[in-house]
Amino acid sequence: MPWINTYLHNTTKAAPLAAFRIFFGAMMFLSIVRFWSYGWIEKFYIEPKFFFSYYGFEFVKPLGEYTYLLFILCGLSALAVCLGYRYRLAIITFFLSFTYIELMDKTTYLNHYYFISLLSFLMIFLPANAYFSLDAKRNPGIAFQYIPSWSVDAIKLLLGIVYFYAGLAKLNSDWLIEAMPLKLWLPSSYDLPLLGALLQKTWVIYLFSWSGAVYDLCIPFLLLWNKTRWMAFALVVTFHVLTGALFPIGMFPYIMIVSTTIFFNPDLHERFLAGLAKLCRTRKQVFDNGRKMTTKLITAGRPKLTVLVVFFMLQLIFPFRHLAYPGELFWTEEGYRFSWRVMLMEKVGYAHFKIVDGVTEHQFYIDNTDFLTPLQEKQMATQPDFVIQYAHFLKEHCEKQGYQQVQVYTDSYVALNGRRNQPFIDPKVNLAALHDSFQHKNWILPFNDEIKGL
Amino acid sequence: MIRRIVFGLTLVMGAWACSSDDSPGSGSDGFDRSALLINWADNIIIPAYEAYAASLAKLTTAENQFTINLSVQNLEELRTAWLEAYIAWQHVSMFEIGKAEELTLRDFTNIFPANAAEIESSISSGVPPFNLELPSSRDEQGFPALDYLLFGIADNDEDIVDQFRQDAKYGIYLSQVVTRLNSLTNEVLDDWKDEFRDEFVENNGSTAGSSVNKLVNDYMFYYEKALRAGKIGIPAGVFSTSPLSDRVEGLYSKKYSKVLFEAALQATIDFFNGKHFDGAGTGPGLNTYLAFLNTITEGENLATAINSQFTKAQSTSGLLKDSFFDEVETNNTAMLGAYNELQAVVPLMKVDMFTALNIRVDFVDADGD
Repeated sequence: MPWINTYLHNTTKAAPLAAFRIFFGAMMFLSIVRFWSYGWIEKFYIEPKFFFSYYGFEFVKPLGEYTYLLFILCGLSALAVCLGYRYRLAIITFFLSFTYIELMDKTTYLNHYYFISLLSFLMIFLPANAYFSLDAKRNPGIAFQYIPSWSVDAIKLLLGIVYFYAGLAKLNSDWLIEAMPLKLWLPSSYDLPLLGALLQKTWVIYLFSWSGAVYDLCIPFLLLWNKTRWMAFALVVTFHVLTGALFPIGMFPYIMIVSTTIFFNPDLHERFLAGLAKLCRTRKQVFDNGRKMTTKLITAGRPKLTVLVVFFMLQLIFPFRHLAYPGELFWTEEGYRFSWRVMLMEKVGYAHFKIVDGVTEHQFYIDNTDFLTPLQEKQMATQPDFVIQYAHFLKEHCEKQGYQQVQVYTDSYVALNGRRNQPFIDPKVNLAALHDSFQHKNWILPFNDEIKGL
Repeated sequence: MIRRIVFGLTLVMGAWACSSDDSPGSGSDGFDRSALLINWADNIIIPAYEAYAASLAKLTTAENQFTINLSVQNLEELRTAWLEAYIAWQHVSMFEIGKAEELTLRDFTNIFPANAAEIESSISSGVPPFNLELPSSRDEQGFPALDYLLFGIADNDEDIVDQFRQDAKYGIYLSQVVTRLNSLTNEVLDDWKDEFRDEFVENNGSTAGSSVNKLVNDYMFYYEKALRAGKIGIPAGVFSTSPLSDRVEGLYSKKYSKVLFEAALQATIDFFNGKHFDGAGTGPGLNTYLAFLNTITEGENLATAINSQFTKAQSTSGLLKDSFFDEVETNNTAMLGAYNELQAVVPLMKVDMFTALNIRVDFVDADGD
């Protein structure tokens, strides 16, 4: 296929990727500082007595007081990425430390964090330090003004997947026909200046639902096309600033706004970098060496490309894995995470656990607050894989206390997207006798309703 | 740039909104959270604290009378004042917000049962004034300590009075416990009256730290922990392998656990329904807030469901004996039955009501998706 060959050998100015690297590193550094300053390291990773692991990653645990060192490492590597200092080492360190942090407790899972992990993984394979970096300054041998087009396009592709898949996920009856969960969320922002009163109106809520879906589906294409790019960027800013004002989503809106600047023409980035150079009392021209990095030039280029092809294939397929499970995805959450299902559900649950001593047949209930933080309890109550992990923890805990052949049962209720609560987990099933797996969990009670759509 | 776009968009939407003609009464006006908070503060919380503080003043008088003139009759009067104040307490216990939260009022007022051994050892080996400020002394003071001192230090009334006669330190301890109840309460009430009332009412936003979110979380916590578990569940053995009759409220007086429980349950129901403390009227409450939100989601009326479950809990627990101690000892199934009805309120509130009000569980200020 000749066009692939041609494409692989296309080059483009390195400025967009360099600017992206600077933004990304700075944003990540700020995110870590923000996380720390809110006391969240303590609260999420040191205070809890128990942590919910991802299946297969049970060995990833917080490191006690050393968890702070992990965050320091992560923050410093973000800073090094920003500066382009020992970039390859920095981005690998960042990817590993950030991902480790995310794997420590799935209670704090956020699609944004997953996105950051993927993006930083991708950036390991991109020559983001070829231009306007300390590396390029110190070692002119690796400095290039032009880099392969695919290295910039890879980031655009990942961003495009995130948006488009988030849009696809919104094509369901709850979102489009019921305007759920926005009907639950928006009215409570009644105190927002100007918008507050409007958010009480049904048509406004539907407008938000539908335009949100259309936005997610269209924005990658609008950003790609020259003629619509500025308008698209204005939409990006509006959309994310609005969602940032309406929902507690932290740094994410700003990260996305900044990330989408990669779609602009390189001239813009060059102007930005020239300005930045002035601030740093250096000259951007130092990097304008006219050298072209071709795909061939990248050392061990072929395995790198293979990694990226496999990476993107996985990205395209993985979000559809829920199709392999029976039952309502929003209810069972089998295949829900890692698939850009963002802000689709308001799910609130309550789970009351009963312990039965299999020998004496004594039984008693557990006070969850003895073991879990409020956030952990909230997440546990609505997600079956949390429920079973917690049940096993309770079994072990009670057996240490001297109870024998411990059985664990739960009375649990979940309300999904404004529906009244329904029993969630089969109360007759001894959870301690089951094991978590990727197989369908037939002990989740059926969902007494239907949500149509993707 | 960002501001201009947002501003522009808002203008467009504003113009759109003004041109659209919503039919009146279609629920297009936002729920007035300020009115809700004003009703809570002015008609429920502050009057309840005032009544409680007044009952504590009476308790002080009765206590003075008793310690000056130790007699069985004065003991009886002191007990009456104690019960009255203890019941009044049940109407404010759920409002652990502001100064009450800062002081951990509930923990210093009503951790039951009192630690009799510690109280005895303080009295026999301690030198007055006794230190009741330490967190570790929480179960040596408040109403449960009075319960012990007025009912539990000897087998009959004569002997109890005698005990006070023989060792003046009992009287000193008693006074100190009463004084501390007064001072803590007045600190909370004064704060409500000085500045907290306005702070509370003005914090009418929807963030995690807003007054509605905080108080509803406190209310839920109170219902689950102090009322459902503390007064019924724990003594009935729901959280242990066997019933724990010695964990009832008013363990030493034995006969008041039901009165106290019923006052507490009624107070939580009245708060839910925005009923004024003086009983004369009602204002906006969680029930009307839920009814308003139903006009947007067009769901079933959750407030009705919650109220009917409350009624069930009341009628089931109404059949219990006056002494939960006796009930646990002789007929614990009835206790468990009452617990189940109380428990059935929890998912309705913690799941459905929290969803409807879009209130996040306590202090979870983490980022979301």
